[in-house]
Amino acid sequence: MKEKMPINSTTPLPMPSAAIGAEAHREGGSTTDPQVAPEPQPAAAAEPGIAQTREAVAPVPQAPPDPTLESDAARTPKMRARGINVFYGDKQALKDVSIDIHDDRVTAFIGPSGCGKSTFLRCLNRMNDTIPTARVSGDIELDGEDVNSAAMDVVQLRARVGMVFQKPNPFPKSIYENVAYGPRIHGLSSTKSELDQIVEKSLKRAGLWDEVKDRLQESGTALSGGQQQRLCIARAIAVDPEVILMDEPCSALDPIATAKIEELIHELRGRYAIAIVTHNMQQAARVSQRTAFFHLGEMVEYGKTSEIFTNPRETRTQDYITGRYG
Amino acid sequence: MHGRLKKRYASERRFRTLGFAAVGLSALFLAFLLVTMAWKGLGGFTHFEAAVSIDFPRSDLMLDPAALKGPAAGEVVANAGLDGVLTQSATAAYGPEAADLFGAAGTRALGRALIREPNLLTRRATVWLPVSSDTDVAAKGKSDAVAERLVARIEADDGLRRTFNRDFLFESDATDSSAVGVWGALVGSFLTIVVTMALAFPIGVLAAVYLEEFAPRNRWSDMIEVSINNLAAVPSIIFGLLGLAIFLNLMHLPRSAPLVGGLTLALMTMPVIVIAGRNAIKSVPPSIRDAALGVGASKMQVVFHHVLPLALPGILTGTIIGMARALGETAPLLMIGMRAFIASPPGGVSEPATVLPVQIFLWSDEVDRGFVEKTSAAIIVLLLFMLLMNGLAIYLRNRFEQRW
Repeated sequence: MKEKMPINSTTPLPMPSAAIGAEAHREGGSTTDPQVAPEPQPAAAAEPGIAQTREAVAPVPQAPPDPTLESDAARTPKMRARGINVFYGDKQALKDVSIDIHDDRVTAFIGPSGCGKSTFLRCLNRMNDTIPTARVSGDIELDGEDVNSAAMDVVQLRARVGMVFQKPNPFPKSIYENVAYGPRIHGLSSTKSELDQIVEKSLKRAGLWDEVKDRLQESGTALSGGQQQRLCIARAIAVDPEVILMDEPCSALDPIATAKIEELIHELRGRYAIAIVTHNMQQAARVSQRTAFFHLGEMVEYGKTSEIFTNPRETRTQDYITGRYG
Repeated sequence: MHGRLKKRYASERRFRTLGFAAVGLSALFLAFLLVTMAWKGLGGFTHFEAAVSIDFPRSDLMLDPAALKGPAAGEVVANAGLDGVLTQSATAAYGPEAADLFGAAGTRALGRALIREPNLLTRRATVWLPVSSDTDVAAKGKSDAVAERLVARIEADDGLRRTFNRDFLFESDATDSSAVGVWGALVGSFLTIVVTMALAFPIGVLAAVYLEEFAPRNRWSDMIEVSINNLAAVPSIIFGLLGLAIFLNLMHLPRSAPLVGGLTLALMTMPVIVIAGRNAIKSVPPSIRDAALGVGASKMQVVFHHVLPLALPGILTGTIIGMARALGETAPLLMIGMRAFIASPPGGVSEPATVLPVQIFLWSDEVDRGFVEKTSAAIIVLLLFMLLMNGLAIYLRNRFEQRW
């Protein structure tokens, strides 16, 4: 019998006021998100290292539930995936996965390596199209539009659903060019000063502006790993996406850089729907409000992060988050 | 344990020694090549001039000084019978053996001197003129006793000097080895390589991009890949025959023209560029493609904004190798008629021309001993031309090089 410890730790992370900036950002009249939920404190999690034992590490406690996060059924999800199957050649990588991704909250995908969580993430903006052997079936909707339909322009889709990758992959160009590339190809700015503004806004939002404002013309690859990853986030938000997908964004970073990215995710929540794949369960607990647990290509359990970590319905989930396997 | 360690170090030492020996040997071969070339060829850049005093008013020259100022001065001079005057004057100065002291180069130089200074016609003047190839060879100490005696006599009169042979760089092929130059062949080579480059580079790069980034992987693309690899290994003379059959016999393009030479060499170079280009494109990290796709770039934008710029250094390396090979190619050009005797530089890509390697081949076949030196000198020019082109290409490549 395993004991779960609902520690009532309510230590919130230092939260800059994400919600305040949210309205300011959306004023540009973008097509999305009519109801920016004014979120109070996000479900903050305990700092890692508070709990010493293995049992205690996994079930990271949650802050008292946020009322706005309760009404899943009543709200239309930003992205809705139903019955997703993915095959790589003959191998089935995903089996009948259905998940909703809501705006203004972070959805985390956890699970052991090779369980299909990255594959699922890449379905959401059709990055799997680039793998010749991959076949995807099932319905994915973005604001009710079928992502996989012929009418959906994949280039447009990827501008609306941005992506941050596991390994920081800035272009081997200047910092400015890295951020300006997306807006430029999508024609988001007509003048140089507009573009400058977009670059500055994106870098500020990614928390990188103060570190790089004096050296925008230096190569993006000359930055440290954590800065590179934040540059990639700035690059993703420069095209003003509605959803941001993050594929293990911190796995190549040290703890300090990781903390910065997590803080950034907190700040970005509210402006964008965020889906994040992570190996790190504490991270999932810290940054997300919804968690899906994948195992061997199946989505085993999906629910509120607090419930997944404190009171999982499935034994497999419980075994994984307590470190029995994975 | 200790024994194993010793053995390992010993084998490492052996390997290093072998590697060092290999590098040393290649350096030795290169040095040998360069030294022999320089030894034999540097003499070709200089020639001997002999002084001869010509009494123009008394000679039977029918030259009107006014005609020397007109635009057709070159033609007037060429038809004036200057060689006869030269024979007379040389015999008068150095005796009957000196009748052939001056050849085509001497006549040409005298003609130029007259055009430059028509006043010469009114008086007796001493002029320095390049000697004939026999005398030149003798003066350089590589001939028979008779010619050497003549050389000794002229030298005794202080009538011989060695100067830089400007004509060798700025004149074209001739029958007299003292009058030959590489300029015509150099221009021909340049025009040919420009045609080759203009065709093979864009076609090769586009083919590489298409095959690597856009083409579906199936039986057809596999077959194309195998064909291209085989094409790169086809002997060059076969491309020459192909060029002969298609460009000359079928399409009736002008014979001996740099256009046809360039087309033929482009056929030969393209597979090399395609293979190098594909490898360079393959080595661009996929994360860059993902990054560009992730911000909503289209496939073409990914290729032209990111993949191609990053692959360019590698593509250029392949292109340099291909171009160097094309520049040094002889066999296919023989097939399409570029081995003709062309005495003036081509004015365009469709005019008859020859190229440097073919010129070297032609000269090496000549009986006249004066050509031995010229052949080596032309080889030096070809090597320098190649070095120059490769240097330029490497400079460009390094400028485009970016790190990721």
